[in-house]
Amino acid sequence: MAKVMSRRAEGQLIPISLTVNGALYEIEVEPNELLLDVIRDRLGLTGAKRSCDVQVCGACTLLLDGRPVSSCTLLAFEARDREVLTIEGLAAQNGKLHPLQEAFIEHGGFQCGFCTPGMILTAKTLLDENPNPTEEEIIQFMQGNICRCTGYKKIIESITAAAKKIKASSSRT
Amino acid sequence: MLKRFRLEEPESVKEASDLLGRHGESARIYAGGTELLLAMKEGLIHYERLVNIKKIRNLDQVKLDDGVIHIGALATHRQLACSDILQERLSAFVRMEQNVANIRVREVGTLGGNLSFAEPHADPGTLLLVLGSKLIAEKASSKREIPVEKFFVDAYETCLEEDEILTAVEAPLLPPRSSVAYLKFGYLERPSVGVALFLVLDGGGRSIADARVAVGCAGPRPKRVEEAEALLKGIGLKEASRAVEKAGEIAGHASEAISDLHGSKDYKEHIVQVLLKRAFHQALGQSQSGGKDQGGLRG
Repeated sequence: MAKVMSRRAEGQLIPISLTVNGALYEIEVEPNELLLDVIRDRLGLTGAKRSCDVQVCGACTLLLDGRPVSSCTLLAFEARDREVLTIEGLAAQNGKLHPLQEAFIEHGGFQCGFCTPGMILTAKTLLDENPNPTEEEIIQFMQGNICRCTGYKKIIESITAAAKKIKASSSRT
Repeated sequence: MLKRFRLEEPESVKEASDLLGRHGESARIYAGGTELLLAMKEGLIHYERLVNIKKIRNLDQVKLDDGVIHIGALATHRQLACSDILQERLSAFVRMEQNVANIRVREVGTLGGNLSFAEPHADPGTLLLVLGSKLIAEKASSKREIPVEKFFVDAYETCLEEDEILTAVEAPLLPPRSSVAYLKFGYLERPSVGVALFLVLDGGGRSIADARVAVGCAGPRPKRVEEAEALLKGIGLKEASRAVEKAGEIAGHASEAISDLHGSKDYKEHIVQVLLKRAFHQALGQSQSGGKDQGGLRG
């Protein structure tokens, strides 16, 4: 019985459409496919990393409709009819970096860089909902993203600097 | 690596319950997957079928209905952490939800999934125990209310039947002069110890009319500690602030703490005692400061 069922389980394909970094994709996914594997292996966007694989470290963070998710533990079909943003899609079309990316470079917000895509995407969500966070709010919000190099000080400085940059550029326009 | 399974996407409770009944132990409800997928990826459990119940409508609503706060089982932790109704009526629940796991888990994980998976190192069950909550379980043709005290049977085990689906959590509105505190401690991703306390003061605010104590995470399941409650009930606040020491010791022993990566049995029992004392002072502080900000005191 179990054998029959497992054979029957093979080959189920779920057609989904999703937007990744502004581009629409119509693909078929198996129920057990993880969003991280689809993004990295099928779409070739390798910014998000597999690290702890248990939703603790944040290296695999992607934004799904603007909210951070652990793509290592999210079934790919969950992106059905939704918008995914990866680090590759954060800079403007003309290549100009996002203020968060600029600030991380200017303030040394990374060393090895492995956690950086997840850090920056999570920080984007923070600044989108709270453009002027206190240091305490940054620490609270970023609690689920782990960096083993920087000691976090530079990351907090980078996010604070990015908030100022965004504020300055929006007051100019 | 996640092994293959088949995905079912029913659009009604009846359809979901029928599927679960038909496929028995080879099927499992999927409602967020933040616990389930970890265990499946690790190869600890496998199901031929996952039944995604998130297509069933209106199971994620928070409503106030005739003196009862109704929380749909599919509400995510984030939804609950941002709920205006809860913030106004049960802010201790909001604070607990704001601190569940991390921002990504709160985004995807659901309250119903958290309770049904019954992972011992979880926050909501312990707090719900002191709130006098009921869980609503439904199957194809019937519906029952389960007092939360009866829900958790053991680690990863609830009293839900194979074809039963947890659809809602209901909590009565807090009575006047009551306050609630939930405190947890842990240095790993999951909490090592959680303690919840509910207090009602008498009309003059000088003694404790009612008390409920619950402990979680330390042992296999969250549980009420009636023996500790009895020590606190009906005595003056000064006396109670001494009695809470003993109540904490009793709660520590009652927690059925086990020695593991989170700490030794003795250590966890001690933490239970410390947290109960802190919860007591936090709850009293809320009562005496009017509790508006903390939402502790109502009435």
